[in-house]
Amino acid sequence: MKTTKEISLGDIAARAEELRGENMTLNMGPSHPATHGVLRLSLELDGDKVIKCDPVIGYLHRGDEKIAENMTYNQFVPYTDRLDYLAPLANNVAYAIAVEKLAGLKMPERCEAIRVVCCEMARISSHLLGLGVYAMDTGAWTVFMYTFNEREKLYTLFEELTGARFTTSYTRIGGLTRDLPEGWLKKVEVFCDGVLKVIDDVDKLLTRNGIFLERTEGVAPISKELALAYGLTGPNLRASGVGFDLRKDKPYSGYEKYDFDVPVGTKGDCFDRYLVRMEEVRQSVRILRQACKSMPGGAWYAEDAKKIFLPPKAKIMTKMEELIQNFMIVTEGPQIPAGEVYFEAENPKGSLGFYVVSNGGGVPYRLRIRGPSFVSLSILPVIVPGNYLTDIASILGSLDFVMGECDR
Amino acid sequence: MEAAVLTDRFPRTQVLPSQDMPTYQVAGEDLLETVRFLRDAQGFDLLADLCGIDWKDRTPRFGVVIHLLSTTNKEYVRLHIGAVHDAVPSVSSLHPGANWHEREAFDMFGIRFDGHPDPRRILMWDAYPYHPLRKDFPLAGIEVPLPAADVAEVTGQTVEPAPMMGGPFVSPGGKMSEGEPSALDQSWNEEKPKA
Amino acid sequence: MVKSDFGYNSKIEGEVIVTRADAVVNWVRSNSVWPMPMGLACCAIELMGAGGSRFDISRFGMEVMRFSPRQADCMIVAGTVTYKMAEVVRRIYDQMAEPKWVVAMGACASTGGMYRSYATLQGVDNIVPVDIYISGCPPRPEALLDGMMLLQEKIRQEGGSLKRTFRGRTVETKIVR
Repeated sequence: MKTTKEISLGDIAARAEELRGENMTLNMGPSHPATHGVLRLSLELDGDKVIKCDPVIGYLHRGDEKIAENMTYNQFVPYTDRLDYLAPLANNVAYAIAVEKLAGLKMPERCEAIRVVCCEMARISSHLLGLGVYAMDTGAWTVFMYTFNEREKLYTLFEELTGARFTTSYTRIGGLTRDLPEGWLKKVEVFCDGVLKVIDDVDKLLTRNGIFLERTEGVAPISKELALAYGLTGPNLRASGVGFDLRKDKPYSGYEKYDFDVPVGTKGDCFDRYLVRMEEVRQSVRILRQACKSMPGGAWYAEDAKKIFLPPKAKIMTKMEELIQNFMIVTEGPQIPAGEVYFEAENPKGSLGFYVVSNGGGVPYRLRIRGPSFVSLSILPVIVPGNYLTDIASILGSLDFVMGECDR
Repeated sequence: MEAAVLTDRFPRTQVLPSQDMPTYQVAGEDLLETVRFLRDAQGFDLLADLCGIDWKDRTPRFGVVIHLLSTTNKEYVRLHIGAVHDAVPSVSSLHPGANWHEREAFDMFGIRFDGHPDPRRILMWDAYPYHPLRKDFPLAGIEVPLPAADVAEVTGQTVEPAPMMGGPFVSPGGKMSEGEPSALDQSWNEEKPKA
Repeated sequence: MVKSDFGYNSKIEGEVIVTRADAVVNWVRSNSVWPMPMGLACCAIELMGAGGSRFDISRFGMEVMRFSPRQADCMIVAGTVTYKMAEVVRRIYDQMAEPKWVVAMGACASTGGMYRSYATLQGVDNIVPVDIYISGCPPRPEALLDGMMLLQEKIRQEGGSLKRTFRGRTVETKIVR
């Protein structure tokens, strides 16, 4: 007499066709805790394995590029804050440098050094949040608490410098809003020591953690050729083995003066992307320390930018010509000559590019924003299929994208 | 890369003046060959950006601007292509990253990309009838029904034009006036009263 | 519950408090508002900051951020609502169980903010009835906490039914105790 086990196995073999089932369409909707914003993934699943992945974006498309054609250059700075809203200062700096390139302005050294400090602090801020949220998605809640606490210290520094914790709008075309406050650089140095300790803590919690390694090592490797073919930039590209960093290869705003290394990965999987970001925070601290020590004195705005940067307040209140200039620049906008320029800056998420076309006057003719997150997401239909549903949280977290930049 | 390298190989390509990177006007028919040559022979391996632009008063009205980056030589190149009959060949077969950029250019301008594997809208919803970044489309938008019919019925909401209050209050671009703002009628002032 | 809500003399009544049903229910509801964070854009980061250890939203009993609408009381719309996203916000609002409240956090959720364009819904109160508006771009976590405290006040005042104004019409929902 056959045992129960033998009978059921035999039955299964006979009914294999019936049991195969069909693929399920699952919508990982725009409101989801693991999608880092309003991203919708239209998935086709075979059981737990993903067969097809189609990202649907545009849920945060606010019309920034159209708005830019109706705003003066300085009026558009708050909109750049809200592109990559985790590192607003970096976006401000990238936009200002792009328009200044079109105007042919050269920035004084102090202005450039302050901008470097701002960019690096923004980089640390963005990576801390990226790491915290990535760890939270893979289950490690503590890391989120540690990194958010550290970010609060950054927010205090930003508030002292710009007046706002977070959406700073600090740069203007031709310079900055105001000079550094007294004693601020010392506070930045104190912060640098603190953040290194936190990164070491995160390191101890995650880098050799068996569960984290299981969830991220070998998941969704992106080869060098694939990364270049899809136009990935920033830490995602460097984790795949291409050592291209705009700060080293096409330096802007005085980056060539500072001594730092660029971490490059080998396999391009989720774990590599995590490691690259961890190391980038350490290198940012290195740049910050050098910049704080060697902060030059002098002007913090381009003094020769007559029709572009507002004159000093003391002169506006007392002299006629400066008053007229102030009125004209505020109402008509900074007068940028006709032409076109494309400038990419090394933002924490990748290369943020601004393509500005001007017909003369204070309002751009076309302002195109190349968001690195837009490009990072376009690789999802290629790397997600073949992985399990639970790996999607790891993959999305490791790509570190922000929907504000993607949808604009 | 010297300009002559490109213009010798593709005689219809013109060099355009530019202050930051080599810029070329490429004919639509040559586009795929040009990009392939730049990618394979000249090392421009990364497509940095592809966007559309509405030249209001030119023919052709729409253009596509491609920025290519060489990670080995660390240089950029810019290509301008005119969209003859609003169509441009798609470079997504050479640079797969162009797929989404081209979808966005179609969504915002209505430029068709021949050979694109998946031509649908990306930022606006599929049924949206307009192309928002065209110069004749107002910033406030034009009224259309909400994409979801059941929500529209429950709330009575449509896609309304944003309240612009007569704005946007910027001068349209061009030259800034040289002198101080002055009154329109110069025939009288404090010293010389009205006649 | 306020002292005037109940009369209590432990020598006479023992460990028993006599009060109105409304007071007890409102007290319970206001101190355990479970928010559903509809975090769409930059305001979501300040919302997460309010949940962090510096501005502890857990003091108010609100750290339980439920992403499932069925388990949440209050939907905090944090960020710009576009027309494409509007149907999603409304559907999620419809799935929440009564009693439910909506907080419009930030300028974009209240009125469309600085995005006066073709794609932005000019205020989430066009599609869902809003109870509290919090201004700011983004509002500081302290402002969010102040708004949530106002919501707690509003909950404490509630009587036997929930009155809500949406698009000029007042809708009344009877609350079954």
